[in-house]
Amino acid sequence: MRKKDVPQDPHLFGEWKEVSYALDEDGKYVMVPSAGWEPANIANDMAWKSIEAEIGRVVERVRAGELSPLAYHMARHQMDPGMLAGYAGLFKFQVRRHMKPAAFRRISPALADRYAAILRITRDELMEMPGCDPAAGTRK
Amino acid sequence: MTPSFPHRQSAHCESGVCANLLTHHGLSLSEAMTFGIGSGLFFAYFPFVRINHLPLTTFRSAPGRILRQVAKRLGVGVTFRTFRDAGKGMAELDRLLAEGVPVGAQTGVYWLPYFPPALRFHFNAHNLVVYGKEGDSYRISDPVIAEPVLCGAVDLERARFARGPLAPNGKLFFLTNVPKRIDPVPAIREAIREVCRLMTRIPIPLIGVRGMRYLAGRMESWPSRLGERKALLHLGNVIRMQEEVGTGGGGFRFIYAAFLQEAAAVLDEHGLLDFSKRMTTIGDHWRDFAVAGARLCKGRPQGNDDFPALARIVRECADAEHGFFRELDSLVRSRG
Repeated sequence: MRKKDVPQDPHLFGEWKEVSYALDEDGKYVMVPSAGWEPANIANDMAWKSIEAEIGRVVERVRAGELSPLAYHMARHQMDPGMLAGYAGLFKFQVRRHMKPAAFRRISPALADRYAAILRITRDELMEMPGCDPAAGTRK
Repeated sequence: MTPSFPHRQSAHCESGVCANLLTHHGLSLSEAMTFGIGSGLFFAYFPFVRINHLPLTTFRSAPGRILRQVAKRLGVGVTFRTFRDAGKGMAELDRLLAEGVPVGAQTGVYWLPYFPPALRFHFNAHNLVVYGKEGDSYRISDPVIAEPVLCGAVDLERARFARGPLAPNGKLFFLTNVPKRIDPVPAIREAIREVCRLMTRIPIPLIGVRGMRYLAGRMESWPSRLGERKALLHLGNVIRMQEEVGTGGGGFRFIYAAFLQEAAAVLDEHGLLDFSKRMTTIGDHWRDFAVAGARLCKGRPQGNDDFPALARIVRECADAEHGFFRELDSLVRSRG
């Protein structure tokens, strides 16, 4: 890749730039700031769309009463039961159980606070799924 | 007093942290040189290891390997520590900072508040240097960010003790015993030969050029085996591992070409300049793969963009790298 060909397609980095290695006029390798590259942007967008689609599916199932609001908060943070269990110091099967509405309603206030702290929300927010746009907040 | 640290933005976090720490201790090395001496270049495709439900594809060596190899080959002492208790992990960081030691840390990127939002996935093998504390914030030299940043203690603790695959467990590392003078020649030879071995002579069909050919074969069958939607997700994941931040472009092939160019001067071996050029061409071909693959992902294929055509590009890259590393190995061996 030559220095003049280093792509400048902003997207991933906001106002920042990343560093690419490219050849200058004398054929010497130099580090060149790059705002981003369209193919990488497309692949990144696709990953986010897939996360948003997953959130959408979970929202439907929470509304249908199949999953608890905890499942929604997990999807929003790209967490699977194993990961949240790691943060909360629980077993995976316990988190799985709390993804069911009936079991989730019965969790102790102390555990609710623990989940809320991990997810950086209040206990009240934890116990409910906001009625707004499900994808809102994933990329803020 | 504001502590100082020679922050230089880099392409890849681990080689960047390593080069900056060495430079701080008086051993000035470029990022590319560190990447090369650490044998950072690699390829592996592990379909049975899943990250976010997608098979693990990597163009670089395992996390932590660059630093260990560089330390071993240059005779630098390095201490690693991990912690079960987050409080103890933060106290140890404070203690080292109070002694004036810049400390490397492995972190997740998801909880780092200064990290670009579009890149906030649960990726846990990020590296950065903490070099000072101010009130409740830490001064951080994050090699993929242009300038040093401040990060709150709560956020840093969360990032150091992130959970999930490759959980860092608060890992800290710092250099002890950095020699004043080093002889880079044997280190470079050994490092190049290791990459040649890993890329061409590992008898496991998932690693090196055999791994690329295996990926090519799997790729052809993705649409029929997984369906169109999942096949595209798998493809997008390969492109991200190859091109998303931290690679220097072309799946680390350009940074390796930069290393070979620098190594040619250090070893006074002009033959390496040709190899640098060839590696650049190989990197460009990986970029062709990303361009064609992204068109497919976007639903705008051109001409014969399809999975078999993409697999062909991957096979061409594998063939090119196969010849490349075998010849590079014999060049370096003959002069050893």
